[in-house]
Amino acid sequence: MLRYLIPLVIFIVLAVFLAIGLTRDPHELKSVLINKPAPAFRVPQLKAADKMISNEDMRGKVWLLNVWASWCVACREEHPYLIEYAKSGVVPIYGLNYKDRREDALATLDELGDPYIASAVDFDGRVGIDFGVYGAPETYIIDQGGTIRFKYVGPMMPDVWKEKILPVVQELNRQGK
Amino acid sequence: MKMSKLRGMNKSEMNKSEMNKSEMNKSGRGACPRSSNPSYGGGKPLFLTCSFQTWGKPLFLTCSLLALLICSIAPFVKAQVQEEEVPSDDPVIEARLQSLSKELRCLQCQNQTLADSPAGLAADLRREIRVQMKAGKSDKEVIAFLTQRYGDFILYKPRVMYTTYLLWFGPFVLLISGLYLLFHYIKQRRDLITEKPLSADERRRAEELLASLPGKETT
Repeated sequence: MLRYLIPLVIFIVLAVFLAIGLTRDPHELKSVLINKPAPAFRVPQLKAADKMISNEDMRGKVWLLNVWASWCVACREEHPYLIEYAKSGVVPIYGLNYKDRREDALATLDELGDPYIASAVDFDGRVGIDFGVYGAPETYIIDQGGTIRFKYVGPMMPDVWKEKILPVVQELNRQGK
Repeated sequence: MKMSKLRGMNKSEMNKSEMNKSEMNKSGRGACPRSSNPSYGGGKPLFLTCSFQTWGKPLFLTCSLLALLICSIAPFVKAQVQEEEVPSDDPVIEARLQSLSKELRCLQCQNQTLADSPAGLAADLRREIRVQMKAGKSDKEVIAFLTQRYGDFILYKPRVMYTTYLLWFGPFVLLISGLYLLFHYIKQRRDLITEKPLSADERRRAEELLASLPGKETT
């Protein structure tokens, strides 16, 4: 009897592993920068090209860095929600305009609204490399001391915002007080 | 056209749960371009080749619909900005880049190496590697630079460490245990089929059996 059960057991084990594999997204990579200082950048702003923006400007507060681009379809999906999140005033959202053209980016913000306090310009993707960006949208939560605490890959839909982003932001704000 | 597919998909999946939706969006995020210069606005010539006089009404309708489709997509369709890749004028750097980028993974098209991938990110990373090599960084330093940002996943050949022991040595363990089981099985079978002289007990039983057969004489 036992020897007939062995293939069944092997099959079940294999099926369980494969089923777990199906629920995992291979495109979702864990960032190695979590709990490490956010890479320093100092680049022009999107709307005011003569002004610079640096990660040092945000020191002392919890902030989000949202990687976006006008060519990115999923970013459009998340955009109306970003505007809502920005309106709620829970956490300041800064943009990183990734591998884009200034006129395209500005046109997108004109059309859809601008949720960002300011967008840093990264037309050649160099800042993106420092952050380990491998697509858009991506969102980083950076704490008062300039340390990356969380990274979300993909559009921040309301469920993600409520279940993943807000708790981290609130916890960081509490710790900072 | 990739766009329209994605958008269409989102529409048809509208009724599914929020979780499914966001998951789908995620998969729509990291698209792998087929050419090094993706431009999704390339549908316009198709419209221009259609003309009412030569092809008649049905085709005109089709063309109009197509044009409408293209126009409705066009405002969203913007190509990712990609600087042209300039090979280094130093052949040594170019050769080093060639061999190194074969060991690195493109994060966008994960089953391609940095050398093969036409994705924008791969081109950016190749450009960055050229810059670093020109600045005199060794291959090891370049790899350290990349793994600090993208993690070990960027290495096509995973490092040998405790989390990858199973990956590296698992196949050998399987092979050895398979061989062991095979020999064990063969040995067992050989024991079963080799001829051995009957023991006294067995001989007596055989004789009894033979004796019980009708019309046969025992020897």
